[in-house]
Parts: sequence; C-alpha cells; structure tokens
Amino acid sequence: MADTTFLEYVVFFAASTMILGGAFGVIVFKNPVHAALGLVLTLFGVAVQFVAQEAHFLAAVQVIVYAGAIVVLFLFVIMLLGVDKSQDLAIEPIKVQRPLAVTMAVGLVGLITAAVVKAGDSVLAPGSGIDVAGAENPDSDANIRQLAENLYNDHVLAFELTSVLLIVAVAGTVLLTRKWPKGAYDDDVAREEVTS
Amino acid sequence: MIAAIEPSWYLILAALLFSIGAFGLLVRRNPLVMFMCIELMLNAANLTFVALATKLGDINGQTAVFFVMVVAAAEVVVGLGILVSILRRRPGATADDLVALKG
Repeated sequence: MADTTFLEYVVFFAASTMILGGAFGVIVFKNPVHAALGLVLTLFGVAVQFVAQEAHFLAAVQVIVYAGAIVVLFLFVIMLLGVDKSQDLAIEPIKVQRPLAVTMAVGLVGLITAAVVKAGDSVLAPGSGIDVAGAENPDSDANIRQLAENLYNDHVLAFELTSVLLIVAVAGTVLLTRKWPKGAYDDDVAREEVTS
Repeated sequence: MIAAIEPSWYLILAALLFSIGAFGLLVRRNPLVMFMCIELMLNAANLTFVALATKLGDINGQTAVFFVMVVAAAEVVVGLGILVSILRRRPGATADDLVALKG
C-alpha cells in the first residue's frame, strides 16, 4: 500500500512539473509556435491529473478536444497568418505593467494558498469524500456512466443550449472571416465612401 | 479508492497555473499568446472543479468541466476568427495596435 501512495506522489509531481513548465513556456517563449507546444505540455499534464483523480472521461476529452482540436486550431491560425516570427519581449509599452502583473500573480497565489491552508483543517480533510468512480465496482466504467446520467438528466437543457452556442459560434466566425464579393452588400458602398 | 494526494495540493497547483496564465495575459502583447494564456486559466479552473468533485463525491463538478470545455472551444473559434480578420488587414498587429479602434 505504501508503494501505491509513493507512486501517486510521483505521478502528481511529474504531472505538476509538466503543467507548470508548459505554462511557464507559454509566457516566456518568443515564438508563438513554441508557446503552443508549451500549451500542449500543460494540457497533457492536466489530463494526467484528471486520470489521477478518476475522471477518466474528462481526461480523454481533454486530450482530444484541447490538445487535439484547439491547439491544432491555434497552430493553423499561426501558420495561416504567418505570425510565427519572434516577438521582442523587451518592448514594454506600459512601464509599470510588469511589476504590477508580478505583484498581482504573487498576491493571487498567496491569497489562494492561504485560503486553502486555512480551510484545509476543516473542509478539505482527506479521505472523507465519496469516491466518484464508484467504490463498489472499481473496474467498471462508473465514471462515464455517472457523468452521462448527470448530464442527460439534470443538465439536459444546458446540454441542448451548448449546441446552439456552437452553431452560433461557427456561423459568427464564418461571417467574421469571409471575404465578401464587391457589391454583395449595400453597406459596401457606404464603407467605400468613408474610406475614400 | 480514495486518492492519497490531498485535494488542497491540487487547489494550490491550480492557483499557480491560474496566476501564470493571468500574468501572461497581462504581459504578452501577441494576441495569439494572450489566447493561450486564457486557455491556461480555464484549465486551472477545470483542475479545481475536478479536485473538488472528487473530494466531495459530487459528479456535478465534472459536468461543469464538460461545459467549460465546450464554452472554451466556442470562445477559441470566435476569438481566432476575430484575430484572423484583424491580422489579415494589419499583419503583425499586437494588442496595443487595437487602440486604432478608438473612435
């Protein structure tokens, strides 16, 4: 049993190193392509943490949707626009912004850590929770079944609304990025009058 | 099986990840990297949701993560669409160049 605990600690710290290293890479790499690869590292680390907490379905979705679709979309846009040139990080348009940002980040970590440590004695005592994956049948697909029952019973309206959200997002993106032919709309005339 | 790692460790890890993302969002000028920092912050929130869902034995937390992922996907699609139309007109635009939108 001690071996299992040790292994969990190894997994936790390895995944945490992945997450924080990847996140650090996102904000320090000058090249956006390298930043996207750092984001992939972070997303895989979060997926590992999901598996460690018995959220197997979310880990799979994390890898497929985030590390698959979203990062590929990022890389596609970077390559399409040709903005994969390095950015000079020394340029700082607003002088006080970086010290203020450092203060904000450190303060946020300090505040949340203080809150967690203060609440840790009473609320977050380990071992008092119920296992989400179903302790009586650990080998089954209990996590995915529980998630499906919760999603399609309690949150079915929100689930349907997400389809509306996605359709609206896709239609809006097509409208935003499409190059309209000349004279397709009446306001093209007005726009040309303004620019000329 | 109850995980041996205490949930508070996950919460502190999520706090670190969120702060790195917020710092990057404030400091970086490239709009694509700013979007990646928003993804970092969303993932920190997801990590918190899953940690507390496991701790409290409440599957609703994992459902919330599912919805956060859907909203994040929609947000990235719309945001990158806006970025494409901006950068097509002004290549190499940074977040500061959008001051040109001021009327």
